[in-house]
Amino acid sequence: MDQILSLAGQNLLSPVILFFALGLVAALARSDLTFPEAIAKGMSLYLLFAIGFKGGASVADHGADFSLGVAVLAGVVLSLLLPLVAFALLRILARGVSVTDAAAVAGHYGSISIVTFVAATSLLGAAGMEFEGYMVAVAAAMEAPAIVSALWLAMRGGAGGKMDSDLWREILLNGSIVLLLGAFFIGWATGERGMEEVAPFIVAPFKGVLCLFLLDMGIVAGRGLRQAGGVVTPGVVAFGVIMPLVGAAFGLAAGLVLGLSAGGVAVMMTLSASASYIAVPAAMRVALPKANPALYLTLALGITFPFNLTLGIPLYMGLAQMLTGG
Amino acid sequence: MQMHEARRVEVIIEAVMEKQVIRALKEAGVTGFTILPVLGGSGRSGQWTREGNVGRASGMIAVICLIAPARLDALLEALFPVLNDHIGVVSVTETSILRAERF
Repeated sequence: MDQILSLAGQNLLSPVILFFALGLVAALARSDLTFPEAIAKGMSLYLLFAIGFKGGASVADHGADFSLGVAVLAGVVLSLLLPLVAFALLRILARGVSVTDAAAVAGHYGSISIVTFVAATSLLGAAGMEFEGYMVAVAAAMEAPAIVSALWLAMRGGAGGKMDSDLWREILLNGSIVLLLGAFFIGWATGERGMEEVAPFIVAPFKGVLCLFLLDMGIVAGRGLRQAGGVVTPGVVAFGVIMPLVGAAFGLAAGLVLGLSAGGVAVMMTLSASASYIAVPAAMRVALPKANPALYLTLALGITFPFNLTLGIPLYMGLAQMLTGG
Repeated sequence: MQMHEARRVEVIIEAVMEKQVIRALKEAGVTGFTILPVLGGSGRSGQWTREGNVGRASGMIAVICLIAPARLDALLEALFPVLNDHIGVVSVTETSILRAERF
């Protein structure tokens, strides 16, 4: 317990978290601090490129084996399964939420937040906890299957939903996935030599860019919370905090069964606990336009993301260390 | 200068629907159009801004085209299934153009 509290204390005072808090407070106080869309997207592309490349280079360094495929498969299964849990939990905790909204929210919680993943890997690095480089591929694999589960839930509940070629293109070829996986494979193919060539660009400036990006995320989250209005009921807030813990428990079980390192288990827990706010919201706007975007964006970005960033990740790191003996 | 009657159709819709709107325009035989980014706004679904956003879920675009009046019904019929249930506004304005053969 002391270890978890110590990690939480260190985490809360890290620049990454403090910049997120700054953005959140600035937006809630109605400051005009804002990032142009192009800069926000540019920073997002940089982070995806850096984390993908580093993951691929790490796999090239340590070698790929059977465990990579099994971990990716476990990620796909978790992504398919977690929306079913999220759907049931939301319908219990917030009874006024419609089937359409619950299905859309469920899709977000089965998928992952790549920025939460990046923040977790940064905090793991600061704590000296290594993790398997192929977790980047697991993160990419967990993005899309949840959308299929969410649409199945919506169709089963008579809420409509459509799966056509436009949606599949939106899911499988969205820029985040293409860049993350592309950088991963390039990092894997070029290995140590490639890493040496791009390290000055993706290693030293990484945390600074991450701080700026989280400042932007804080602003967007704060703005969303300010405008969320009636969607933020006590039941919805409870779901936004309880669901990541439930997801993390599934991730913990999967990580332990797979025999991942302490860092790997913490990453698997973080991925399972996080909720998408880039890929899935776009897919839901195409496939389930009747679902209320204010609900799923507020939940994913305004409640679960800050929870994971401040308290969740240190908790997952502490539990992973304790249960793996790492 | 000879002016000709035309219709200006403006579709403000979610950015994720851009491909579908363009497909509907082409199905209706409209090959000339302009797509503009929209800074922000407010409507039944609340207030929004493009600033700081990374994903396309909360962004909007404006698609503008000028067409001959006789083609308006076919265009609106092609657009309607795309717009259905999505956040957005469609407006049609009477306008005048030069070089009618281009529309």
